[in-house]
Amino acid sequence: MAALEEGFTLTAVPLGSGPDGPLGVEQSDKTDQFLVTDSGRTVILYKVSDQKPLGSWSVKQGQIITCPAVCNFQTGEYIVVHDNKVLRIWNNEDVNLDKVFKATLSAEVYRIHSIQGTEPLVLFKEGAIRGLEALLAEPQQKIETVISDEEVIKWTKFFMVFRHPVLIFITEKHGNYFAYVQKFNSRILSKYTLLLGQEEKSAAQSFSASVYRKFISLMSLSSDGCVYETLIPIHPGDPEKNQRVVRSLLLKSVVSGSARSGVALTILDQDHVAVLGPPLSASKECLSIWNTKFQTLQASKELPQGTSGQLWYHGENLFMLHGKFLTVIPYKCEVSSLAGALGKLKHSQDPDIHAMTHFVNWETSQGYGLGSQNSEQSKRILRRRKIEASVQPEVPPSTQLLAAVQKDSEKHIEVELRKFLAVKRTPDFHTIIGDVVIGLLGRCKAEPSFYPRNCLMQLIQTRVLSYSLCPGLMEFALEKTDVQILQLCLQQFPDIPESVTCACLKIFLSIGDDSLQETDINMESVSDYTAIIQDGEIEEQTEILQNGFNPEEDNCENCAQELTEKPQAAAEESTSCPVTGKRAALLNAILHSAYSETFLLPHLKDIPAQHITLFLQYLYFLYLKCSENATMTLPGIHPPTLNQIMDWICLLLDANFTVVVMLPEAKRLLLSLYKFVKSQISICSELNKIEVSFRELQKLNQEKTNRELYSIEVLELF
Amino acid sequence: MGEFKVHRVRFFNYVPSGIRCVAYNNQSNRLAVSRTDGTVEIYNLSANYFQEKFFPGHESRATEALCWANGQRLFSAGLNGEIIEYDLQALNIKYAMDAFGGPIWSMAASPNGSQLLVGCEDGSVKLFQITPDKIQFERNFDRQKSRILSLSWHPAGTHIAAGSIDYISVFDVKSGSAIHKMLVDRQYMGVSKRKCIIWGVAFLSDGTVISVDSAGKVQFWDSATGTLVKNHLIANADVQSIAISDQEDSFVVGTAEGTVFHFQLVSVTSNSSEKQWVRTKPFQHHTHDVRAVAHSPIALISGGTDTHLVIRPLMEKVEVKNYDAALRKITFPHRRLVSCAKKKQLLLFQFAHHLELWRLGSTVATGKNGDTLPLSKNADHLLHLKTKGPENIICSCISPCGSWIAYSTASRFFLYRLNYEHDNINLQRVSKMPAFLRSALQILFSEDSTKLFVASNQGSLHVIRLLEGSFKHLHTFQPQSGTVESMCLLAVSPDGNWLAASGTSAGVHVYNVKQLKLHCTVPAYNFPVTALAIAPNTNNLVIAHSDQQVFEYSIPDKQYTQWSRTIQKQGFHHLWLQRDTPITHISFHPKRPVHILLHDAYMFCIIDKSLPLPNDKTLLYNPLPPTNESDIIRRRTAHAFKISKKYKPLLFMDLLDERTLVAVERPLDDIIAQLPPPIKKKKFGT
Repeated sequence: MAALEEGFTLTAVPLGSGPDGPLGVEQSDKTDQFLVTDSGRTVILYKVSDQKPLGSWSVKQGQIITCPAVCNFQTGEYIVVHDNKVLRIWNNEDVNLDKVFKATLSAEVYRIHSIQGTEPLVLFKEGAIRGLEALLAEPQQKIETVISDEEVIKWTKFFMVFRHPVLIFITEKHGNYFAYVQKFNSRILSKYTLLLGQEEKSAAQSFSASVYRKFISLMSLSSDGCVYETLIPIHPGDPEKNQRVVRSLLLKSVVSGSARSGVALTILDQDHVAVLGPPLSASKECLSIWNTKFQTLQASKELPQGTSGQLWYHGENLFMLHGKFLTVIPYKCEVSSLAGALGKLKHSQDPDIHAMTHFVNWETSQGYGLGSQNSEQSKRILRRRKIEASVQPEVPPSTQLLAAVQKDSEKHIEVELRKFLAVKRTPDFHTIIGDVVIGLLGRCKAEPSFYPRNCLMQLIQTRVLSYSLCPGLMEFALEKTDVQILQLCLQQFPDIPESVTCACLKIFLSIGDDSLQETDINMESVSDYTAIIQDGEIEEQTEILQNGFNPEEDNCENCAQELTEKPQAAAEESTSCPVTGKRAALLNAILHSAYSETFLLPHLKDIPAQHITLFLQYLYFLYLKCSENATMTLPGIHPPTLNQIMDWICLLLDANFTVVVMLPEAKRLLLSLYKFVKSQISICSELNKIEVSFRELQKLNQEKTNRELYSIEVLELF
Repeated sequence: MGEFKVHRVRFFNYVPSGIRCVAYNNQSNRLAVSRTDGTVEIYNLSANYFQEKFFPGHESRATEALCWANGQRLFSAGLNGEIIEYDLQALNIKYAMDAFGGPIWSMAASPNGSQLLVGCEDGSVKLFQITPDKIQFERNFDRQKSRILSLSWHPAGTHIAAGSIDYISVFDVKSGSAIHKMLVDRQYMGVSKRKCIIWGVAFLSDGTVISVDSAGKVQFWDSATGTLVKNHLIANADVQSIAISDQEDSFVVGTAEGTVFHFQLVSVTSNSSEKQWVRTKPFQHHTHDVRAVAHSPIALISGGTDTHLVIRPLMEKVEVKNYDAALRKITFPHRRLVSCAKKKQLLLFQFAHHLELWRLGSTVATGKNGDTLPLSKNADHLLHLKTKGPENIICSCISPCGSWIAYSTASRFFLYRLNYEHDNINLQRVSKMPAFLRSALQILFSEDSTKLFVASNQGSLHVIRLLEGSFKHLHTFQPQSGTVESMCLLAVSPDGNWLAASGTSAGVHVYNVKQLKLHCTVPAYNFPVTALAIAPNTNNLVIAHSDQQVFEYSIPDKQYTQWSRTIQKQGFHHLWLQRDTPITHISFHPKRPVHILLHDAYMFCIIDKSLPLPNDKTLLYNPLPPTNESDIIRRRTAHAFKISKKYKPLLFMDLLDERTLVAVERPLDDIIAQLPPPIKKKKFGT
């Protein structure tokens, strides 16, 4: 359930901003610290949890800040623009904004955007976009005009879509709205005309956008008080053509239609939006959280002293001007369910979410993450600190490797890695390995063509990695459907969450045989039992089964009949492996992995029925193979144990019984399993009987030894 | 060292009684344990878990509750309806007081130690004020319908929780009225049981009440609202006991299946302040019901019907590897239950309510190491002597000549004269014991069987001369002025001149028996004495302490011997110091005074003082005979400690003569065979 917590005032002194409110609230590179730019001359850095300012910077009298200050996450520096054209860059230690780095640009800046993981972007009022580094290299470069005359930028936002930066901005011209989407990997600017539909009169007042799969979901709050959603494709069909997109009504009358100003909209997550403005009934302004999926109002908070119609959402905090004070309202959205809403669920918190998400983060506990960041620092910083850097002592091989991971070619990384693995292992070996993997993954995400498979395999085989040490690795391999890496991970990692195990299982069951053929999978757990059967040596194994289990035995009239109709087929089914050797090896890796039943069951339900049947058939086959010898084990190195096989059969049936029982092709399998369970029960009861007799024998045996209550022995001490 | 003929005796049919209650005292780091026969034992956890004191049991006094109050005062209550306070100095019962509420099932001392609460059969909860020398009835709380089986105080002392049958009551201490009654679900695995017995409750300072019951549940209740907060089903059988740590961050419960579960208050997520109780560790050290548990700051302590006291250290709380870091299982008492008449080859076994006298067999055959020799005469059971009255035997002794037997209960002292005529034994009780000989903590005969030494519980030592069929009181050594500590261990020199006596904490006193005066006092040591003996000829006093140190003190010279100084300087072998049972008996080779025989429950050792001492690099325990080794290597590896672990658990060992040993073993399997069957768990098809 979404909930608004008790808000608090951030600034004790009212911002000298007047009715306009602050220019912006932006995140800084440290969590919980935010840059607040007022519309006058000041930028203040706040620590929100402490409710106190950490630093404050002002431009000279006569100058005016025109664009909210942002933080360059790559360097930790702050950037602001005053008087439209003058760019200032400073950091925490600087005191006076006059004395910091200054660059005067040739065109007027609309906004500077900065988000984690990429360099800041500068959006000019004429619609041109430049990267900060490129701009600083030549500040006076000519800036082209992109949008037409009289077209004014109304709103803009910057995202990362599949690791690529995408910038969207909305312009207005004579009541018509246009959306421009700039993708930076392809340098394509696409223009869309926003069609307003029937409600021609209404003017959009506030925008917010988020990325939803392959679309940018642009939400707008119109002057009629309704929220509309427009889906803009990220990959445009024809960039040259002017495309049109239609908006659709999402929420009706969330704010009063008569409200002329002071309305704002922010997307909180996939299903929730925050709306600032007066609701229909009351004249006072309100902050409300709406669930767009169910169209319900989740939470609301009255703001009696009025707002400026601005709303920022950063890291679970909503920022707004309330009266003359900047107010922070923490917002929390926990996973909700219908059962929770109806009061049927006792604990609103799902235990397995906690179990999965809160692994120890080795990066933060050790200082090694720092090394990779440093190497990423922009050249300008390096220039500035050149003198300091040269004094620093020689770098250890681990930092060399970490640096190589960031920029070198795959071959070179491999060489570096081999070098690193060759030297003696230090106590922090596993954290460095973890950092290297995270570095590689980070780079993979940034560069789609980069996939250092050999390196990753080598790293996994160091046997020091665990799931929590490199949380993204398995997800990445799942994305790439790299079954070989997944198999290795399953074999090596002790702490794989059940959801990931299940995702692996899904891939292993669904991947095509032809694509499996090409992969190089470790087959040692499979041994030869699949191969023999594939050779066609079908033996009548069913009659020499252990435990007295004999499917031919006629103790279930109806089912047995059906079975006896096709005895040959049944025998064939039970003795030939239903999956190929490679797939069997993959499935064995799943069987070997550790899990907790309660957390695994819900995920097993998502597997399609035919895959469940296939897996069950394979497990049943393994069971039959087990029963063939007296020790109840499978041949080969490290085969699945009987217990693992049985547990998985039970788990699969528990999770999917209602589905499986309806499948005609699973019927025979279920019947065999039923018979098998029945025979097991009778064996257990026999065993229990035998145990009692054995205990009697033991007692007799004990009495016999008890008779030797006294003896004289010879002992020599040495 | 040579060859010995060993009489391996396994017919001592000793079965310890089950543990009923344990109570841990944080202040003194001591543990009180009560057994089903009414015996109460005090273990000193700081002194290597040594059982330093015990109070003998009584047939009609079944203890149901045990607690420490007001610092170090120990109280027990039982089904005879009496509250008993123990005198820990004089080792007797200070007083017994009837609570007039029928059998008492539970007892709890208030957090400040000034009040005592008992729960009775008639459903009443009675509050007693603890005065400096007694307890005084204060008032009754609202009477409940059925017996009060468990009690717990709120740490602030304002409320109490009382577990009964099917419900838990919360009382306000000031008004004495029940403010909440929390009904417990009788359902057990979907089947409605007749009754749900609340075996234990614990009140936390945040108002949470934790209850354990006969349906196998551990439940958390909110005492402010009287509602159930959380439920853990942990066993298919009763959960019988609960104990909580002082910090209230962990607790331990014991079940009838023999499992002990550890619960801890842990953060829901890393670095979050929200915490919840999580069942963290199960331990299966018991085979039978775990009737009682305790929680010391560093260990979980449990005991039950299978008679073991188990001390399981919490490894996260143990900082250094020492005695505290090892799992302890204490099964046998740390005192001697067997005495031996060497000349007549007789063994006297002490049971709770009777004595048994056995004569060892003999053989004429010889053999080599490891051989079992054919018996020419088997061992004989000569005598079965039942005590009169309900009290347990405290101590017993047979004289070296075999013609006297003495034993004592808490209120009476018995002396018997034995006459042997061929195969018949004539037993004659020596009547008219003097008034001062009422109860003894330790009895000892002199080597020539002419003198009897009795340590009474007021700290005095009586010396009695034995004549044919009668006796004469010679002298009483009075305790040092100001001390009332009782002497628990006695040793007399073979020439009869010296008597050494030791209490639980102060040093060892040596008396001159000829001149009837105190000769000297061995300097006090930090750890209690576990065994004492005086060597023949040299009159060296050998003292074993609970930290496994062994000292040798020359009585004539009034100083430690050179050998003792050497071994103290060099230090004992680390494996010697890591043994976990105390030495309970020391004896000497009659012909070779340089040989000392000592034993604990798992080994015996003959120390040859003439050989070099082992250092930490040498192999301490070498069971294999040296083969194909040159004499030089053999001489280099030979050291003073000759250890054998062949006989275990070893209750008694002594040298009968130069080449004959007697070893009394009590195999654990034999004890288990005599216990009631444990709850049957299915092995197959579960």
